[in-house]
Amino acid sequence: MRRTAWSAALLLPFTACRASYSALDTASPEATRITNLHWLILWVTGVVSLAVIAALAIALTRRRTAETRAGEGRRARAVAAAAIVSTALLLWLLTASVLAGRAVATPVGPGALRIQIVGHQWWWEVRYPADPPSDTVITANEIHVPVGRAVLLELSSTDVIHSFWVPNLNGKKDLIPGRPTRHLLRPERTGVFEGRCAEFCGYQHAHMGFVLIAEEPDRFATWLASERRPASEPIDAAARHGREVFLSSACVSCHAIRGIGAFGHKAPDLTHLASRRTIGSAMLPNTDGPLAGWIVNSQHIKPGNHMPPNLLPADDLLDLVSYLRGLR
Amino acid sequence: MCSPFRSLSRLRDVLLLGGVLLAVGPGCQRSSRTLLETAPMSAKAERDRPARNPYEDNAYAMTEGQRLYEWYNCSGCHARGGGGIGPPLMAKTWRYGKEPGGIYTSIVEGRPNGMPSWRGKMPEYQVWQIVTYVQTLDADRSIASPPGPREEHMQAGEGASSR
Repeated sequence: MRRTAWSAALLLPFTACRASYSALDTASPEATRITNLHWLILWVTGVVSLAVIAALAIALTRRRTAETRAGEGRRARAVAAAAIVSTALLLWLLTASVLAGRAVATPVGPGALRIQIVGHQWWWEVRYPADPPSDTVITANEIHVPVGRAVLLELSSTDVIHSFWVPNLNGKKDLIPGRPTRHLLRPERTGVFEGRCAEFCGYQHAHMGFVLIAEEPDRFATWLASERRPASEPIDAAARHGREVFLSSACVSCHAIRGIGAFGHKAPDLTHLASRRTIGSAMLPNTDGPLAGWIVNSQHIKPGNHMPPNLLPADDLLDLVSYLRGLR
Repeated sequence: MCSPFRSLSRLRDVLLLGGVLLAVGPGCQRSSRTLLETAPMSAKAERDRPARNPYEDNAYAMTEGQRLYEWYNCSGCHARGGGGIGPPLMAKTWRYGKEPGGIYTSIVEGRPNGMPSWRGKMPEYQVWQIVTYVQTLDADRSIASPPGPREEHMQAGEGASSR
């Protein structure tokens, strides 16, 4: 525990302030298992490295003398012993990593929560399948999970290979086009964790992040029920005009907003956009300024992404932002 | 003393020349790719459009056009060129001709009997990318541009999601 705290303190400058992104700050049995393996390998190899360097230093400082020859047998035994110890240590590490790998790949029972994750260049589609299918919740770049329940992720990709990684919760798992993969998350405590794409997937690979929110089961249920509702009605004239702008411009060709007849499914679902913390795949905070800038020309923010620039008149843009910010 | 250095500098010259050839040679073959499009951001009417396709035979525009052809569900009616609800784009003759300008107009203005108008629903450069792509559906047309990243990596995912 103390060891973990120390390492966390050392790594603090490199981690994001708002959410945890660290394999050492574990929040699930799988991550703990992986981190323990990390420490085991680090300590064993560290001690061995020091021993080798010490042996080398001794060899460099000692000169060949008359009695050197006499102790030859003893030294040969020492080398043999070192070779045996090395082999034993390597076998130990091999066994430990095989066992850790098996423990991490635990099969999940039928009670697990199923979430479908679809990788896109360069964002994450998140779906909570339901029965009937019309109750399916679709969101993007933000995954809510309940604490204390196994979560089974069904991973797929529409374009190239991506890799799903939340260091606090488990290892990496690839999303492969045409070949579904599965991944297990078992969060033990509440928290906000960051995730990234861990497999180079093109120009904006570095900006393909997401946020994972582990929360109490009742809060999760509330969130899921709220996401299941169709989009909320605009509250004022500006927002009503914003909805018209959305429906009459290029937005509607790719984005869906459930309840207003926008069915595009090639870009993130915006039905509850305002409930999300970030935009642009965890690139920017979800507030008025970044949202307006993103709409006008996301190519300046995230060059190469598939959203075209939209040079809307100022009034239309402001009303559109006001409408989108009301989609709680 | 001197000769090894001279031969070294000759070697360097040869390597430099080779490097320049390597850099320039394939460069001539590649289609250019624009990351920041500056064309008008909503498709314009017929009278305002440029006389020719700005992406003529550009490999990147073709692959982008192919992606958009699926994204905007052109394939919903025209399939992968074979047609269905809409006319086949592999056909020898098209009802409204094969001029790029005519294809542009068909997309932006729509046509009677089902082709919807996409005016305002997609930026002009995307219309031209789709024009560039649908032109390649014609088997008789020789594609002068070098092959770009074609549909292989898209196809697996698109197929999987529609299955």
